[in-house]
Amino acid sequence: MTTEAFAAELRFRIIDMLIKAGSGHPGGSLSAADIIAYLFKEEMNINPQNPAMPDRDRFVLCKGHAAPALYCALAMRGFFPLEKLDTLRKLGSPLQGHPDMNKLPGIDMSTGSLGQGLSVACGMALAAKLDGQANSVYAVLGDGEQAEGQVWEAAMFAAHYKLDNLIAFLDLNGLQIDGSTHDVMDSSPLDNKWRSFGWAVQVIDGHDLKAIKEAVAKAKTEKTPSMIIAKTVKGKGVSFMENNVDWHGATPKGEQAELALAELRKGVSL
Amino acid sequence: MSEKIATRDAYGKALVELGKENSNVVVLDADLSHSTKTIKFAEAFPERFFNAGIAEANMTGVAAGLATAGKIPFISSFAIFAAGRAFEQIRNSIVYPHLNVTVAASHAGVTVGEDGGSHQAIEDIGLMRLLPGMTVIVPADAIETAGAVRALAAYNGPAYLRLGRLAVPQVNCQDYQFQIGKAKVLKDGDAVAIFACGLMVSKALEAAEKLAAEGISAAVINVSTIKPLDQDTVIAYAKKCGAVVTAEEHNIIGGLGSAVAEVLAENCPTKMARVGIEDIFGQSGTPAELLEFYGLTAENIAQKAKNLLK
Repeated sequence: MTTEAFAAELRFRIIDMLIKAGSGHPGGSLSAADIIAYLFKEEMNINPQNPAMPDRDRFVLCKGHAAPALYCALAMRGFFPLEKLDTLRKLGSPLQGHPDMNKLPGIDMSTGSLGQGLSVACGMALAAKLDGQANSVYAVLGDGEQAEGQVWEAAMFAAHYKLDNLIAFLDLNGLQIDGSTHDVMDSSPLDNKWRSFGWAVQVIDGHDLKAIKEAVAKAKTEKTPSMIIAKTVKGKGVSFMENNVDWHGATPKGEQAELALAELRKGVSL
Repeated sequence: MSEKIATRDAYGKALVELGKENSNVVVLDADLSHSTKTIKFAEAFPERFFNAGIAEANMTGVAAGLATAGKIPFISSFAIFAAGRAFEQIRNSIVYPHLNVTVAASHAGVTVGEDGGSHQAIEDIGLMRLLPGMTVIVPADAIETAGAVRALAAYNGPAYLRLGRLAVPQVNCQDYQFQIGKAKVLKDGDAVAIFACGLMVSKALEAAEKLAAEGISAAVINVSTIKPLDQDTVIAYAKKCGAVVTAEEHNIIGGLGSAVAEVLAENCPTKMARVGIEDIFGQSGTPAELLEFYGLTAENIAQKAKNLLK
């Protein structure tokens, strides 16, 4: 399967599981889908047969509400049966509303409380340095999350301790629950902010798999931590969800559900 | 009486010993290493010490990340910042995923002294005790601190270790073996049981002497593990004595007194009095003045015991 096909199927599965769950966060899951598809399909050294492999690459979904994207990627890579995706958010399911590292194989960190993930990724990167391991640590942050002060504490820490094995993505979809990030809390200019904190910064199209691949390759040559600012579309792939904040935390029902699945099924062979 | 030692000093020393034995032990501090005494570890093992700067939230998360990779982090700051500022980071990044991190918080309670109420954590035991799966330990002296550090390094899970600024007397024997979750009877008695933690253990022993002089037989139990509480010992001594006094350098709400009351209320309702900070904030003063002002004294413990027996 190509990474393009993996990403397309990932999108379909995200919305399919969210419709079945009846609640959750489609918008931010779809905006991060290509980044997550690339990392899990093509980039990361991970092993479904040995999820706790010590020298594996690590992944921290700082914006934990995009859990559906992570769950689908893990299931598609064989970390657990695809049927489990249907249990999202149900009582007793390992697929919690936000990722739980103790309930599901392949989750490197429990996340969900915004602002906390990057610090944890710093700790993972530091541990790799201490152990002389060559693995990378990937983190995906939201743009609304940039308002959390702890993000910038972590930004300072990573640069201070020269964590060049830390590669973060900023899923810049421009929307947060209460509206546009510009209106709610303007964190721009983010490229300059991260650069001034000592990070290597790239700005890319977050839905261009080739651009994501090249950005990661470049990040790996840096002597500092890397921030890849990925310009994305919230709700990407579903016409009525795109750039519409109403789909941050609401799932489609009835005809809208059918329409969303029909749009996403194109080019997906299941 | 042997020399008085602050539990924070014992902590710094114990970390160095631990560091020699276990290369996975790492220590983080938030710009207070000279006060929390992690500086001793920093000097001995600079490659395994990380100053996070004045950023407790991030320090807490970094420790969580280190723990996911098999490191054994001890993180330190003043209790007010370690448990207070970073509370939700402890909750969601460390305790919710049950990661192996010890939050070793110094300068707990009013004996911080002159820095005043803003820096005197009187609610940290309560905050930490509320977290499912958290272990909460308040050592009474240097011997117990060393034992607790060793025990926590061997234990796999989140823990809060509450340390003090003030030098305190030794109350445990040299051969005392600290065990997580095990209270220690320091003096037996049958008229009143005094459950104490931290620096109030030595005050409890003084109180027992005063009571003995008046013909009252008081047991003194060092309850250094607040969670998981040694319920068997608490219930056994409540039944044996029929009257209970708790003593802690903490708000009487939420700490040791609450933990003991919860267990007794459900298992063997017992006459009880709590000695602690009576739900007010601290203030500037010398540690001795503050202990006196807030009633954290042997006299107050003894008086509360006598009131129960009237």
